[in-house]
Amino acid sequence: MDNGYTAANGKRGPSCDVSPVPDGEIEDICSTYGNDKHRMLDILREVQDRYRCIAPATMDRIAAATDLTRIEVEGVASFYSFLSLTPKGRVTIRLCDDIVDRYAGVADVVSVFEEVLGVSLGETTADGAFSLEYTPCIGMCDQAPAAMVNDVVLTKLTPESARQAAEALKAGQTPEMIVSNRFDELSPRERVLAMVDNNTRHAGEVLLGPVPEEAGLTNALKMTPAQIFTTIEDSGLRGCGGAGFTTGRKWRFAASERAEKHFVICNADEGEPGTFKDRVLLTERPHLLIEGMTIAARAAGAREGILYLRGEYAYMRAYLEQVLEERRRRNLLGEAILGQKNFSFDIRIQMGAGAYVCGEEGALISSCEGLPGEPKTRPPFPVNRGYLGYPTVVNNVETFCHAARILDRGAAWFNAMGMEGSHGTKLFSVCGDCLNPGIYELPYGHTVRELLAMVGGLEAAAVQIGGPSGVMIGRDSFHRRLTFDDLATGGAIIVFSGERNILEIVDYYMSFFVHESCGYCTPCRVGNVFLQKAIGKFRSGHANPEDIEYLKDLSATIIETSRCGLGMTSPNPILSTLLNFPLVYSATSRPSKDGIRDTFDIQSAIDSARKIAKRRSYIFDKDFTQ
Amino acid sequence: MSELPKARVATASLAGCFGCHMAILDIDERLIELMKLVDVDRSPLTDKKRFTERCDIGIIEGGCCNEENVHVLHDFRRNCDVLIALGQCAIMGGLPAMRNAIMHSDAPLRECLDEAYITGKYIRNTTHNVPNDPALPLLLDEVYPCSQVVEIDYQIPGCAPSGDIIFDTLLKLLTGKFRGFEGDMIRFD
Repeated sequence: MDNGYTAANGKRGPSCDVSPVPDGEIEDICSTYGNDKHRMLDILREVQDRYRCIAPATMDRIAAATDLTRIEVEGVASFYSFLSLTPKGRVTIRLCDDIVDRYAGVADVVSVFEEVLGVSLGETTADGAFSLEYTPCIGMCDQAPAAMVNDVVLTKLTPESARQAAEALKAGQTPEMIVSNRFDELSPRERVLAMVDNNTRHAGEVLLGPVPEEAGLTNALKMTPAQIFTTIEDSGLRGCGGAGFTTGRKWRFAASERAEKHFVICNADEGEPGTFKDRVLLTERPHLLIEGMTIAARAAGAREGILYLRGEYAYMRAYLEQVLEERRRRNLLGEAILGQKNFSFDIRIQMGAGAYVCGEEGALISSCEGLPGEPKTRPPFPVNRGYLGYPTVVNNVETFCHAARILDRGAAWFNAMGMEGSHGTKLFSVCGDCLNPGIYELPYGHTVRELLAMVGGLEAAAVQIGGPSGVMIGRDSFHRRLTFDDLATGGAIIVFSGERNILEIVDYYMSFFVHESCGYCTPCRVGNVFLQKAIGKFRSGHANPEDIEYLKDLSATIIETSRCGLGMTSPNPILSTLLNFPLVYSATSRPSKDGIRDTFDIQSAIDSARKIAKRRSYIFDKDFTQ
Repeated sequence: MSELPKARVATASLAGCFGCHMAILDIDERLIELMKLVDVDRSPLTDKKRFTERCDIGIIEGGCCNEENVHVLHDFRRNCDVLIALGQCAIMGGLPAMRNAIMHSDAPLRECLDEAYITGKYIRNTTHNVPNDPALPLLLDEVYPCSQVVEIDYQIPGCAPSGDIIFDTLLKLLTGKFRGFEGDMIRFD
């Protein structure tokens, strides 16, 4: 995976537009993955990494090798934003464009890169050395502004550090050398920690405190699946990805489905802007996660598991592979785990490629199957027919970690923490306008104000709970509690001070959903564009009071008629600010004068015709004399 | 009924095909009944080019494709209490709005005119020029539905709307009984 950097030094530069890929190379890549069409995403990622693009001729060859049609391959290649049909630079710099990064000054960093590398945003240099682009949240909001340089992550960028990085790259250094000039000597774990701080601010009892090794798995191996389900159910554990489904029941449903195979998938595709809790768990507690997946496999009768890691987290892939390898060596994965002859389980890592919608479990399964990351119609639910049609347990990273701890300490211990209906602890990833952004592991039930006091953000004017798909609340709601029944969240807490423009934030979040909609459902694909346009009218002061009704109507239509969670939650930034910040909207809208719309500008509408006709308007050019 | 003061109605055809005005005539003999309730002010039906006084209802056919359409629509909005968009072109832009689909071009309007007058396969235009008489109103960059230019109070859908729906809607509006369309009135298949 580390090829291509040598190319940045000019020694080797395979490039799909200049010279055709030599015979056999594409076929070799395909055969590494058994010419399996279900591994299409891996094949395409490798082609992209090696040749910096997936050219039309290449797609023909991949299609031939995997026995697909060209259009099926192109369907996948064009879906994911980290795959490119046109050549990308050998070093591709992706700056995080999240609202938190914007407020932290990413624009200044961009202009430094533009200046030093001589490339403008969204473009590739003529010599194919550098590409510069924006990408949505890469999960580093606690250390914004951040960027990915190929798979290397740079954080806390300033114009000065960006200049140093850009100049080093321009001088032919590898991205790794920007992180540390002894990068090669570091272990995979040290490399991860050299790139990214985890900012663990408050360790709770369950996940980030001291965790004994394999205690949960050892207990689970002594129990029957039925006992495991009961334990997890009694603990009150609910999914930590956002939807909050009861974990024990999910496992029980999957196990009770009679099928040749069962699968366990870990959803580590945390794409919700402002979320980075899984990043911390994957780095700090990878063994606990795999332990939890192994327990789930034991309970559900699965022999195979997949860890779906978002493309932005490629920097920790080597470390996670090392963890898996170590566990295989210690007989914690593989055949006859810990001597249990009838229990075998292994895990592969499936890399994503930059698609938010793949965090939706149906889309995630599609992506694992080598398809475009489009959600599936439900029912059937994944527990009935999931990955390749087999019953599949899909859980969030945090959920698996909790499960392993519950098997260690017992259901009653976990159940006693938190509140009725929301048991145990939760990781909150806090970022934005606060003194101590980072990870807080807290029992459910704290009020927003209590959390703000902890993070040094009591000055906040607004808090976004649960990322863009959650809700934005104002000061009058800071007494509300972080539980499933009051303010449910997957963990993202974004703090905004009184200096921030609410409409700018809403506008950004809508542009995020416009970008990330998979396009399958028209109301989501088109409706979100209309919503964003309407917000633009409020921002420019051209909105009418009836536009507020329009926002509500259109939002209701999108929620009602989209088939996955993206469309069902994408109007939330608008709906929750309409509810909690109504004055923002009433202050920025007014009735149009004489019923004539301000948004229609006759001068710009006739401008191109004026130039073509080379004359002015009799009607609308006041100074017309001829 | 004759005791009620008559309502004043004005109509105009903007970027439309006059089909909607033809549909008004499809009201047939019920026009006599309608004329007992209304006086027609500015309209192609009366050939009056200007408003003689303020009107109760303005009926607009077609969207806005040029500056003159915008001018007329502004005039209607200022002089009518209630403005009705009649037919698909007025409501959505309709057939003329097909040119809005030229969106991946640096000069979409230029491209549209070139194809219409010069490069189009079936064009016979011996002058090889795009018409540019000073009397021709300037085209807009794209075709706009009426509701994007002014506030529209009611929309009567159809291409063209039937004489029945026009008659029925006007009658209900004039007697204050309009509560939206019946399902079968706006069913087109």
